[in-house]
Amino acid sequence: MSDFLKIQGLEARIDADGTPKEILKGIDLEIPKGEIHAIMGPNGSGKSTLSYVLSGREDYEVTGGSATFKGEDLLALEPEERAALGMFLAFQSPVELPGVNNANFLRTAVNAVRRARGEDELDAVAFLKAVRAETKRLSMSDEMLKRAVNVGFSGGEKKRNEVLQMRLLQPSFAILDETDSGLDIDALRIVADGVNSLRGPDFSALVITHHQRLLDYIVPDRVHVMAKGKIIYSGGPEVAKTLEKQGYTQFLEAAA
Amino acid sequence: MPAVTETRETVEKLAKSSYEWGFETDIEMDIAPKGLNEETVRLISARKEEPEWMLEWRLKAFRMWLEMKEPEWAKVSHPPIDYQDAHYFAQPKKKPGPKSLDEVDPELLKTYAKLGIPLHEQALLAGVEGADEQKRMPVAVDAVFDSVSVATTFRKTLEEAGVIFCPISEAIREHSDLVKQYLGSVVPAGDNFFAALNSAVFTDGSFVYVPKGVRCPMELSTYFRINARNTGQFERTLIIVEERASVSYLEGCTAPQRDENQLHAAVVELIAMDDASIKYSTVQNWYPGDDEGRGGIYNFVTKRGACRGARSKISWTQVETGSSITWKYPSCVLAGEGSVGEFYSVAVTNNHQQADTGTKMIHLAPNTRSTIIAKTISAGKSDSTYRGLVRMQPKARNARNFTQCDSLLIGDQCGAHTVPYIESRNMTARIEHEATTSKISEDQLFYCRSRGLSEEDAVGLIVNGFCREVLKELPMEFAVEAQKLLQISLEGSVG
Ligand SMILES: Nc1ncnc2c1ncn2[C@@H]1O[C@H](COP(=O)(O)OP(=O)(O)OP(=O)(O)O)[C@@H](O)[C@H]1O
Ligand SMILES: [Mg+2]
Repeated sequence: MSDFLKIQGLEARIDADGTPKEILKGIDLEIPKGEIHAIMGPNGSGKSTLSYVLSGREDYEVTGGSATFKGEDLLALEPEERAALGMFLAFQSPVELPGVNNANFLRTAVNAVRRARGEDELDAVAFLKAVRAETKRLSMSDEMLKRAVNVGFSGGEKKRNEVLQMRLLQPSFAILDETDSGLDIDALRIVADGVNSLRGPDFSALVITHHQRLLDYIVPDRVHVMAKGKIIYSGGPEVAKTLEKQGYTQFLEAAA
Repeated sequence: MPAVTETRETVEKLAKSSYEWGFETDIEMDIAPKGLNEETVRLISARKEEPEWMLEWRLKAFRMWLEMKEPEWAKVSHPPIDYQDAHYFAQPKKKPGPKSLDEVDPELLKTYAKLGIPLHEQALLAGVEGADEQKRMPVAVDAVFDSVSVATTFRKTLEEAGVIFCPISEAIREHSDLVKQYLGSVVPAGDNFFAALNSAVFTDGSFVYVPKGVRCPMELSTYFRINARNTGQFERTLIIVEERASVSYLEGCTAPQRDENQLHAAVVELIAMDDASIKYSTVQNWYPGDDEGRGGIYNFVTKRGACRGARSKISWTQVETGSSITWKYPSCVLAGEGSVGEFYSVAVTNNHQQADTGTKMIHLAPNTRSTIIAKTISAGKSDSTYRGLVRMQPKARNARNFTQCDSLLIGDQCGAHTVPYIESRNMTARIEHEATTSKISEDQLFYCRSRGLSEEDAVGLIVNGFCREVLKELPMEFAVEAQKLLQISLEGSVG
């Protein structure tokens, strides 16, 4: 029924110092248009790997399965083509770009994506207006725009900067990889608002988290439990609450 | 900010046309026969209508050159240069001198148009980072076309301020005393093999004189082009800035594509008196040769500044992307008490380019300070060496130097070498040296691409970030071009 994001039997591995290491071992996942799904799972289960594979990181080798996004073969596209198509990844560990001015980076990215989508580029004035509105919403100081991308940012500032990029790039599908970790209570609310206010028929998201608390703010349509490279259970928002109380054991045993 | 965007377009164009600026202009030329001997020197001097002392000066230099050997220590290699197999004089056929741009050969103007002059307008349109922070100054362009300056603009404004800015051949005739006093006073004719050669046969270049207390009312800019087949280019630049005066001089060059290597051996001399300051910026884009390194320019340059006055300051900023071989060490001799020398450099090598560059900071007087920021980017099969000398002489009490050398490698077939020479003969002098080598990481590239940037754009952005400390020293007229050149010269270096 949904042909928005459809992942079937996805398998991927990485070359770990010469020996191939299987990480994704057959992921099945569908995210319909307008829905927000959450993935929870133990450390090392492959959540970040899934987000990298979906956004096109080259060091992961896809060995099986398929992924389609808006009817296109996602796995055949370059990372920047996926971005143009509406995909966005908020990194678990945002990367530092020494010397690259944050505002310059944002504007270059926004205009690259706009160009690829056939939209007019934003001139300096229009861009500044857009970015100021967003920094205000996210309670970020304008000083962050003048600094080098993520260099010397605190953990929380990096995460906010990811959300800022997400909002400016206007994706139709965003993956948020542990965007809540390292955030204080107020920041968590602000970031959640940054996501919730995008909610609507044209915005879907996959929220990766270890904490049920985030899902109190961003209430997901579905929650998936991932372990050892597979989705082992899917359910409603209540799954997160069960996990918070009981841990992964019962899910792991049920799947075994 | 959108320089990257613009760069992308430029790169795309370039990908098709290869070296866009590799064109030749069809202008009638007056060329001396091939070869180098005393007759050649006499002919040049006669054509330039030079006074007798100048001819004698040249001949003395020529005789010194005959006794000298090409330096072999630089970490570059090239087939031997046959100095007899080149023309030493070429100039567009004389029409009565142009009084305004209207009178300049339209072919020439077309050439300039292709080169994108005036650049300061591009900078503003493109909204270069920092463009709004810098004071906007008009730019005077003394366009050196091959060996002869044919067009000088803004001359009147400069004259009113008392600034002399003219071709050096004209200065030799019309400001003979000044030239006689200062020419060769910083780079003596016998300084090195290429300086001696230049002293004997230089055909043109620029002369700048800024009198006491005058801040030069505009950026001075010269665009060099080599355009005649087999013509060695021997520019000579002399800049004298008197007490409390200041000037910012911009030099830039692009060269047409051709299949023989071409020799370029320039000499630049700067002189700063008490409280004077000179900012000398270069964006250098000689043709680097094809992917195999064939046909590029050999760039052997001697650039030296003398801080003669107390508290004087000389600042070299350069972005080097071109040439098949570069051999160049802009230097400062800090003779005035409390004088300051600065060197900011970006050197990019790709394919088979070889660069051996760096600086020399010679501290002679007390409380002198120098700063060296050198960024080296190597890609392809290129090889780049930073060679820096810091010398603290016995009288240089409390002198300070800070040196930072950063290398960025793209791919694993290139090389970068840092060779610092430190000589301290004064216990109170302090020298700090920092060096780093890094690679563009997959993480950085993927991060940028996941935000919609192409791989080329991502590399351009990261490289420009790496060079930021140097690029921000450039006058904004050059900032745009520099950013473009960085990306263009690294085209195809990843993936
Ligand atoms: N480059 C790599 N080389 C070797 N192993 C890797 C590499 N990248 C990922 N892995 C391994 O793959 C597994 C999955 O990692 P991944 O980062 O996807 O887990 P995760 O579910 O996101 O964990 P966390 O909750 O800790 O963020 C881990 O065992 C990890 O060590
Ligand atoms: Mg993870």
